[in-house]
Amino acid sequence: MRPLRTASTTLLLLLSGAAGAHAERLIASVSNHRVTVTPNYSGEELVLFGSVEKDAQTPASRSAYDLVVTVRGPRADMVTRRKERKFGIWINTDSRQFLKVPGYLALFANRPFDAMAAPEVQRRQQLGLNNVLLTQRVGPDYADVVPNDAFRSAFIRLQSQHGLYREDTSAVTFLTPTLFRTGIPLPAAVPIGTYEIEIKLLADGALVTKSETAFEIVKVGFEQFVATSARQNGLVYGLVTTAMALLTGWMASIVFRRD
Amino acid sequence: MQIYLPIADIPVNIFLLLAMGAAVGFVSGMFGIGGGFLMTPLLIFVGITPAVAVASVSSHIAASSFSGALSYWRRRAIDPSLALVLMIGGTLGTALGVSTFTLLRSLGQLDLMIALSYVALLTSVGGVMFWEGLRAIMRARQGALPTVRRPGSHVWIHGLPLKMRFKRSKIYVSVIPVIGIGLLIGFLGAVMGIGGGFILVPLLIYILRVPTSTVIGTSMVLTLATMMIATMLHAVSNHLVDAVLALILMVGGVTGAQFGARAGQMIRGEQLRLLLGLLILAVGIRFAVELVIRPADLFTIRETEQSQ
Repeated sequence: MRPLRTASTTLLLLLSGAAGAHAERLIASVSNHRVTVTPNYSGEELVLFGSVEKDAQTPASRSAYDLVVTVRGPRADMVTRRKERKFGIWINTDSRQFLKVPGYLALFANRPFDAMAAPEVQRRQQLGLNNVLLTQRVGPDYADVVPNDAFRSAFIRLQSQHGLYREDTSAVTFLTPTLFRTGIPLPAAVPIGTYEIEIKLLADGALVTKSETAFEIVKVGFEQFVATSARQNGLVYGLVTTAMALLTGWMASIVFRRD
Repeated sequence: MQIYLPIADIPVNIFLLLAMGAAVGFVSGMFGIGGGFLMTPLLIFVGITPAVAVASVSSHIAASSFSGALSYWRRRAIDPSLALVLMIGGTLGTALGVSTFTLLRSLGQLDLMIALSYVALLTSVGGVMFWEGLRAIMRARQGALPTVRRPGSHVWIHGLPLKMRFKRSKIYVSVIPVIGIGLLIGFLGAVMGIGGGFILVPLLIYILRVPTSTVIGTSMVLTLATMMIATMLHAVSNHLVDAVLALILMVGGVTGAQFGARAGQMIRGEQLRLLLGLLILAVGIRFAVELVIRPADLFTIRETEQSQ
């Protein structure tokens, strides 16, 4: 009987050890769950704040946490094209298609990813723009490529130039050892749709727990009306635009009539 | 004041757009052209994608050509039957142009084609116009009388069948070249976002020998028709017409055109042609330079159309 009891005790210990890894709870919320794009919208910054809740099972030795916040905008297929000199002029030759990649992607952390975890963990947990999965169509296959692939890095660079992709390893600040906040800057040309926020809590170079929240960006009022009618009722939209053109032209000929 | 353009999906300063509309309107009023060949490149320059620029400018040109056509109509300076036959070709050409536009867009070569067509068309037309204007001024300086003979004696065109009499223009010509010209203008207009007045007027004068009394009014009617159809087709097939952008441009454009027309009356005909030629040539060369020099960034990204 003795060996069996030892085994079950070991199992219990293991279980409690495993549960201990999930002892913390993450509670987070954004300042605004619904961002509205109005005709004079020129970008905005949301604030994400939250706290890490410890409980009895949290190892007493654990004091420092690392936090990585990933914000992903609505997904779309994008194509990256490369120009080459042909017949003396620069034309698009090679292209790569990125499948269902986020239109907005931001990674915020409290300190550099290298300081947080080993490269292997960084890769598995997709910490940093270099480790985020961006699926490409490579011939008949779908795969992500090495971070220094020319098309991949050009894609990230161009998206970053527009403020749509960003990485900031000092954006998350711990107000107290368990209370944190970070800003989520949204540029003017931000895509419309649902944004997922994933918050990953790390300690001692490993993932402890994660939490998710979301917000949405919507066009409202006249904006929304014009954009949706152009997409859904192309014919009516075209007729109205043409009528508007004729009306403007006619009014001009009345107002500025000289004969 | 920033305004968010719903289709172009970018915020733009409303006063910048109004000023651009007014400036292009001034030029178009001065030379009696639509000004699309200036407006489309300007929009591309402020960051609007070539596709949205081409599609939206077509409705802007429709507005300015309608106001022009109305005043020519009151002066009975439009040949209705000639305009009608031109429109038959124009409609076909526009439909062909919009489908070519859609195809090129899916192939990723639309921007290149727009740039190449601008280079080819603008440098050649601008060059010829500039040269003609220069020669006319030289002749005037030497004291020689300007030739009154209408140049170009396209005999074969007058031998074509299906002849028709266009009363107000006092010409008797086959409908084949008329439809052909309409087709060409419609096609170019839809692909390049231009009204095509600056090509159409010389074609009507030199090939069909339409008299100057009806040529501008009639060409405006064709421009109006092709641009209305282009707006419709771009709206239906590509969803690229930005009505807010178009409206701002129209308001600026029709206002600027009035002042341009007054300024144009103060300049002599051949000097006007020289200036216009120079302007067209400059835009063409700018596109050429852009194609030849190494771009600042070799990569571009674009969202691919989602099939809904």
